[in-house]
Amino acid sequence: MNRLVLPLVIPLLTAIILLFAPRKALWQRWISFAGSIGLLAAAIALFLRIERDGIAVLQAGGWRAPFGITLVADLLAAMLVVAAGIVAVAVTATSFAGVDPKREASGYHPLLHVLFMGVCGAFLTGDLFNLYVWFEVMLVASFVLMALHRTRGQLEAAFKYVTLNLIASSVFLTALGLLYGGTGTLNLADLSTVFRGREMGAFELVLAMLFFSAFGIKAALFPLFFWLPASYHTPPAAVGAVFAGLLTKVGIYSLIRIFTLLFRDAPPGVYTLLLGQALCTMIVGLVGALAQRDFRRVLSFNLIGHLGYTSVGLALVTPAAMAGSILYILHHILVITNLYLVSGIFLRLRRTTQLAELGSMYRERPLAAALALIPVFSLAGVPPLSGFVGKVALLRATLEASAYWTSAAILVVGVLTLLSMGRLWEASFWKPAPNPEKAPLNRVILLPIAGLSAATLAITFAAEPLFTLALRAGEQLLRPEAYIEAVLYGGARR
Amino acid sequence: MRIALNAMLPLIVLSPFFLLPLVVRLGKQRAQWAALLALWPAVLAVYFGALMRQVGQAGPVQASLGWAASLGLELSFYADGLSLLFALLISGVGSLIVLFSSRYFDQDPRAGRFQAILFAFMGSMLGLVLADNLLALVAFWELTGFTSYLLIGFEHERAEARSAALQALIVTGAGGMALLAAGVLIGQAAGSFNLSALLARGVRLEDAASYPFVAVLVLLAAFTKSAQTPFHFWLPNAMTAPTPVSAYLHSATMVKAGLYLVARMTPLVGETPLWNGLVTAVGAITMAIGAWRSVAETDLKRVLAYSTVSALGLIMMLLGVGTEAAVAGALVYLSAHAGYKGGLFLVAGTLEHEVGTRNVTELSGLRRSMPVLAVAGLLAACSMAGIPLFLGFTGKELLYDSLLGAGGGWGPLLLLAAVGASALMGAAAFIAGWSPFAGSGGPAPEHKVPAALAAPPLIMAAAGLAAGIWPGAIDGVIGLAVSGVLGDAPPVRLSLWHGLTPVLGLSLLTLALVAVLFRWRIGVRRRIEPLRMDFERGYTLALRGLDALSAWSLRALQGGSLRAYVLVLIMIVGGLVLTVLISQGLPGFPDVMDVQPQEAAAALLIVGGAISAARSKSIITAVLSLGLTGYGVGLTFLLFGAPDLAMTQFSVETLTAVIFVLVFYHHRSVGPMSTWPIRLRDSLMAVLFGGSIAAVLLFVGAADTPLRLSGYFAENALPLAHGRNIVNVILVDFRALDTMGEITVLSTAALGVFAVLRLGRDMKS
Repeated sequence: MNRLVLPLVIPLLTAIILLFAPRKALWQRWISFAGSIGLLAAAIALFLRIERDGIAVLQAGGWRAPFGITLVADLLAAMLVVAAGIVAVAVTATSFAGVDPKREASGYHPLLHVLFMGVCGAFLTGDLFNLYVWFEVMLVASFVLMALHRTRGQLEAAFKYVTLNLIASSVFLTALGLLYGGTGTLNLADLSTVFRGREMGAFELVLAMLFFSAFGIKAALFPLFFWLPASYHTPPAAVGAVFAGLLTKVGIYSLIRIFTLLFRDAPPGVYTLLLGQALCTMIVGLVGALAQRDFRRVLSFNLIGHLGYTSVGLALVTPAAMAGSILYILHHILVITNLYLVSGIFLRLRRTTQLAELGSMYRERPLAAALALIPVFSLAGVPPLSGFVGKVALLRATLEASAYWTSAAILVVGVLTLLSMGRLWEASFWKPAPNPEKAPLNRVILLPIAGLSAATLAITFAAEPLFTLALRAGEQLLRPEAYIEAVLYGGARR
Repeated sequence: MRIALNAMLPLIVLSPFFLLPLVVRLGKQRAQWAALLALWPAVLAVYFGALMRQVGQAGPVQASLGWAASLGLELSFYADGLSLLFALLISGVGSLIVLFSSRYFDQDPRAGRFQAILFAFMGSMLGLVLADNLLALVAFWELTGFTSYLLIGFEHERAEARSAALQALIVTGAGGMALLAAGVLIGQAAGSFNLSALLARGVRLEDAASYPFVAVLVLLAAFTKSAQTPFHFWLPNAMTAPTPVSAYLHSATMVKAGLYLVARMTPLVGETPLWNGLVTAVGAITMAIGAWRSVAETDLKRVLAYSTVSALGLIMMLLGVGTEAAVAGALVYLSAHAGYKGGLFLVAGTLEHEVGTRNVTELSGLRRSMPVLAVAGLLAACSMAGIPLFLGFTGKELLYDSLLGAGGGWGPLLLLAAVGASALMGAAAFIAGWSPFAGSGGPAPEHKVPAALAAPPLIMAAAGLAAGIWPGAIDGVIGLAVSGVLGDAPPVRLSLWHGLTPVLGLSLLTLALVAVLFRWRIGVRRRIEPLRMDFERGYTLALRGLDALSAWSLRALQGGSLRAYVLVLIMIVGGLVLTVLISQGLPGFPDVMDVQPQEAAAALLIVGGAISAARSKSIITAVLSLGLTGYGVGLTFLLFGAPDLAMTQFSVETLTAVIFVLVFYHHRSVGPMSTWPIRLRDSLMAVLFGGSIAAVLLFVGAADTPLRLSGYFAENALPLAHGRNIVNVILVDFRALDTMGEITVLSTAALGVFAVLRLGRDMKS
């Protein structure tokens, strides 16, 4: 079987098996965990293959492009699928700490795997309508995951989440309709050849704006991010970890695809818009983070701000900037997922993530504190952790591209992140907690945190091979001829 | 031998990090075992001494471990006289500090953690001064700031320790960002990130377009790290750290990183009016302000902190003056300062440890119960005050000497400031080093001072005397270091006696002033105490401003109302589309006469339904009106030849309406949801948004798109896919993956409904 399809089939089968397996938490956990391991293994196998042999293509059903649906993996897609696999393993491992057996018996695990399938599908598809379908899969799975938890605040958050995301979906669908009506195809590579050399007139620009808005909402970029801070702090830590780690990245990824394939010849104004939006996202996100009084809300706003970092490459369209953004995306997936898992420790110990209620971890739980130190200060960009490496890559790229304002913003946002994380650390680890802990901690919860922290350190040690990979991925994106040729003329077909 | 020393350099520099697991374990043992940790820095000091000899004979050495070369980040190291002078101070003082801490934290469960962070700091600091790669230098630079954060916040249950830690982290972290930018700019302008290559090629950035930015960014980093005015406020606040930390980081080593940076960068970006002017001026101002405040404080550690600020300013000023004598003076002064100030901090720490206070007004007469410590304090104070025979004297002679000969028109003013500051610092020296031991009365310690606490300050203080009496021991080292800053400088000759020169006169004048100030120190303190300038205010105001901005931006952007969010999204999407349409021109409007009556009817149904739904006051009516819109859409499908789509649409609309009516049967009417201006605004938005999307659709009508896909599907559905109904074949074969995804969506929704119901039941039971 073609390795491309495994990252979709494994989560789907896992979800189906989970639906029919006994509802006992232990069964659910082990099957779910095994499925995640399988996903990660498949992702790594796919990645190794692509790293060696170049872009891989699968024409679904054997219908040649652009008539069928093409699955395609280049380096960026493969790396992101591996990252998704890592997140899946970490998050499903968390459930062994026994946080929520009731919901685990009520479809929590199958929903997670449906979500993973949606994420991998979005990374691997070469067809825009198919991308829309994966967005729907992600949206419905994430909404149901949120709706499993039904305090008033959680329901309100879930409602806002789904409403605002549905607007993104409608805009996306409108754009798809226009695109299909205007070009007669939905295959990304095919569209790329259609748009190549065509002067960008009103039709193309309108399309660019519609896709920009739709994916911008998904990616939580300024000023379209409302839904994220309104909803990400309410679901349980593990769910929040998947959302924060993966879902917004799908939006960024889609933007990268659209702008490197369809709108390669966009006028400078479009890139100015993209860059301005990246800068505003960074600054507004981090400034917003400062007034937050809740661990997870601080994370939400940091998440938004750093999504600005990840969209810099898109706006500058140099290989170095693209590579910097890619490196930053990989770092950020690991770190932000980890931080949401850390918030799970607080939920467990103190039933809240309000900063005023936290504290005393550094003295009383040195192991947990030492493990959390890594993601907190990696996000803050303290060397030699992964955030520093990503920041250096982006800074070099922006200065090389003479984008001085962007460089300045990256540095200012770096200081603001340091401030935000310093305060977070003080409030949740250093200061004495006002109340004693309410529940014991199952140390199993530390295992996935340790694993992700180790992965963060691995980015530091493997900075050279990773950055080289990111550079190659960036080259592939900015010179999409190989991608187009692989999709249009590659793969088995009838 | 030579090759071995070279090759070991990277591993030696990083060795404190490798040792961390051991340090954590050994550090929490009893003091006599933990004291063994001091051996490693001592070994390092010996190594650096040996390397210094080699460098003196054969020139600088370089070695690399690699890291992320394509990012320009390399763990490469470079040792010349300048970096080795610092490395010697770091490892030598470090050894004594580790020894001291082993006793200071005896029986403390946090001792292992403390020693580990101290070792991590030591490794970072060594990395900073020995880094060859500029970006690695920045990384170590930031790492010293971060370890300093952890150490200042060591007493993390105290609020002032936390806020001082954060303050130091932010102030020096901002400098670190500036340095990162400077490093990248230098690398880009000069074509290499490696200091060894840049120095060997004699690269000067003076003519690069980015030069002013680079210079200012480098200096920003140096000034924040080395506590120069107006950023110096973080250093006195950092005194909440345990005393060994104050002695090591905040007087002997880390705060000197800025001085190292200025010295290191001088050949690359220095020796321009901008550079020298800024460095001299900021240094001189810092020197004056620090000295002035140092005699006004009563907390021993704050006295020492402000005098450190002053000394850092003084050295900075000398680096700014930049002549050979000035640079040599700066480096001698810096070495002397590391010894006496480290010693005085340790004396203060021991006093606090043994007597329980470090308030100078409460401490006196301790020379009888703590004779060794008293000797250490006195010796250190003498060096700091610049009494002849001590290294501090040698440093001060060089200071006056270099100011007499240089500085242009500003020379006399600088000299005056230097004499004044030296006198004040001399008074502060005796306040901190001698007044606790002088006189009589005061509190008494409970037991004898342990040797591990008394020995390190005594050694540091005595070193100042030894080097003062026998300057030949260090002038080779200083000379090598000077040539690291200024290139091949003639060898430095330090001597105790310069003859009857004006400089000697100035030194004697200073000493007389010191005596006067110390004698009347209480009166001086009372006069100066109220005259304070609050430099911290800038920091506080900046943070407060940021917090206010943050709160404001949240109110403006994240108000919490879903309606507002939806409105903004619609406005942005519509605004973007309209902007394009207005700037690019609308597509041609189709001929109205082409519209068939039945099409017009469908359109009317759609629009009418929508308007009615928006206007209706009853939910049921609204739902039914929406149904009309849906039927209108279905009708359109029917008219344009898609009967199966129309069927689907009709069923969906019907079902939706039925379900809604069932659910909302009991909630039939809603009051007016908003006032008329808001309704007007909303309807305007709706019309604009809908209108712009409609206009966009005209493009599709105008485009003459080849229907490649439909053609292919029609042709191949039967022969290849074996199905007669093309739509079905598309759904289950050509685009089966979409269908699978949609089935997943539906099943997930069903699963969701089921799970929520079941969960509700489970929770109830």
